[in-house]
Amino acid sequence: MSTDSAISIVWIYPDLLSTYGDRGNMLILARRAALRGFPVQTIEVRSDQPLPNSADIYLLGGGEDGPQALAAQRLLADGGLHRAVAQGSVVFAVCAGYQLLGGSFFAKGAKCGGLNLLDLHSDRGPSRAVGELGGTIDPRLGLPPLTGFENHGGRTHLGPSVAPLARVTTGIGNDGSTEGAWRGKLLGTYSHGPALARNPALADLLLRWATGMDVLAPLDDTWSDRLRAERTAATAVS
Amino acid sequence: MTDGNTAKMPLRAKVASSVSRTAAALSRAAGRGDGSVIGGWIGLKIDPDLLAHLANGRAIALVSGTNGKTTTTRLTAAAVGVLGPVATNSFGANMPTGHTSALAKAGHTPYAVLEVDEHYLAQVIAATTPRVVALLNLSRDQLDRAKEVAMMADLWRTALAGHPDILVVANADDPMVVYAATASPRVTWFSAGQRWHDDSWVCPQCGAPIERQADQWWCVNCPLRRPMPQWTVEDDGVIDPRGAWHKVNLQIPGKVNVGNAATALAVAAQFGVRPTDAVGRLSTVTSVAGRYAQVMRDGRNIRLLLAKNPASWLEAFDMVDHAPTLLSINARDPDGLDTSWLFDVDFSPLRGRQVLITGDRAYDLAVRLEVNDVPFRHVLSFDEAVTSVPPGRLEVIANYTAFQDIRAELDRVN
Ligand SMILES: [Zn+2]
Repeated sequence: MSTDSAISIVWIYPDLLSTYGDRGNMLILARRAALRGFPVQTIEVRSDQPLPNSADIYLLGGGEDGPQALAAQRLLADGGLHRAVAQGSVVFAVCAGYQLLGGSFFAKGAKCGGLNLLDLHSDRGPSRAVGELGGTIDPRLGLPPLTGFENHGGRTHLGPSVAPLARVTTGIGNDGSTEGAWRGKLLGTYSHGPALARNPALADLLLRWATGMDVLAPLDDTWSDRLRAERTAATAVS
Repeated sequence: MTDGNTAKMPLRAKVASSVSRTAAALSRAAGRGDGSVIGGWIGLKIDPDLLAHLANGRAIALVSGTNGKTTTTRLTAAAVGVLGPVATNSFGANMPTGHTSALAKAGHTPYAVLEVDEHYLAQVIAATTPRVVALLNLSRDQLDRAKEVAMMADLWRTALAGHPDILVVANADDPMVVYAATASPRVTWFSAGQRWHDDSWVCPQCGAPIERQADQWWCVNCPLRRPMPQWTVEDDGVIDPRGAWHKVNLQIPGKVNVGNAATALAVAAQFGVRPTDAVGRLSTVTSVAGRYAQVMRDGRNIRLLLAKNPASWLEAFDMVDHAPTLLSINARDPDGLDTSWLFDVDFSPLRGRQVLITGDRAYDLAVRLEVNDVPFRHVLSFDEAVTSVPPGRLEVIANYTAFQDIRAELDRVN
């Protein structure tokens, strides 16, 4: 969309939102697109730079409280992400970035205004959710189970116009029963950091949304499959 | 078991100190590590103020930070050794139990140089009233349970603000450290370089962005900026506050260790040690609790490097020769349970050499290396790794428990 026919992937504010290997999601999307022969352009946009309006995929990562609040202010002032979403861009957000997509969240004990792109809001939970996170994904998305690692103090409450990404089988996610949320081509999850490393099928869903293609050529996912199997077995015994 | 140091102690502290040493010896005899944790734990049970009693009468330096504190502590102890015997926790037992045990074991020494886990710095300052505190760096490390980086800087800041007499020796290149150290009126700044910047894009003082250009950094909004360092590194030497350059001959590799040597000389100078007198002693440090140790096995010269977090992986890649390299990753409690940080490390410097992977979490590493276009082979054991490479150098880079596992394979090499 943005430059000729390349799939453009924007990583939003790596200077603020990159606490847990978040770069991985950009690298994985770019690699899986390139292996299928799609030209790819990755763009890292710092918080003092304007956000492009018409990239194909936008990524929001995790962050500590101060940077999260700052990112929300910048994104609201910039307006670029809202324009991109109105034009049908894909957004994939994890952890603090996921909370940002909602109406409000808590940072440093204060309630902060979010981007209002997804019908949800977040508050503080009774305890920090740290550990393996797993769940069965909304069947409409046609994906294998979610597996990841979560580390957050928030709890997220979904409104009627979003669907949970998954039903929790391990860990906490939004509230111990549901995990993440999606609507249209916007998807958020508490599976933090390089969530797509453990969920290559989710990466491909984002690429399908971005390209409009129903099917992508299969890739050799031997190592991802082994990692998924190993993690699933580890959480089953504990 | 009395000596000059314990003679001044209350009886309870004497008993505790003696029991602590005995327990440590028993634990060592039973083959349970070096005994420094168990000995200190028992001593502190008998006398909760034992650490303070043992610290009393000694001139003490504390060394803290996310990375490099074990090696810097060892180098600093060597440098301060110019003045006389130095007590130190040389096995990396860096919490109050380890400090208690180290001081009890050392008996009377006029000096002590103690490595301190960054979470315990405030507590150990309160217990030991140190003359010098060295602050190396703060970066992400085991974030699934550790305090966030900015929160840690705040804790340090509060601790130093309450002790204005302490001579602080702090890293001018790390905004988090500078923010913490400026709470003290008595700071000596060193510049040891910093390859890792990803935890300090946001000003810890005001939340505005931090700009960087070459060596310099500054907050775009408030006065926080890089102070002018008095101690710096140039080539393979250290420049002291008078501008004199001292060549550093180290037996341990890497530019980062020249930086650690600068820190050690700066700390020793606070005790009155001249860098010309101390610099030669730094070459007596060969390996540190197995780090940098070299072992021969089946014709392979195996060198061990510990890398615990993204910043230290970058340093490790800077140290390794162009030789076959084994990477081992675990995610047990001491490592942190989360492997996400693997994607914060750029493994591309390893391209073009034979790379082997192993450890509990080898599959996490496999996925990371694949995305990074670094070819690798998965091996199931350390022995398989050794036999998979030709005779000659094998570099081993491992995170904490993986490192200890390999050290055990090599008969707990030091
Ligand atoms: Zn500032």
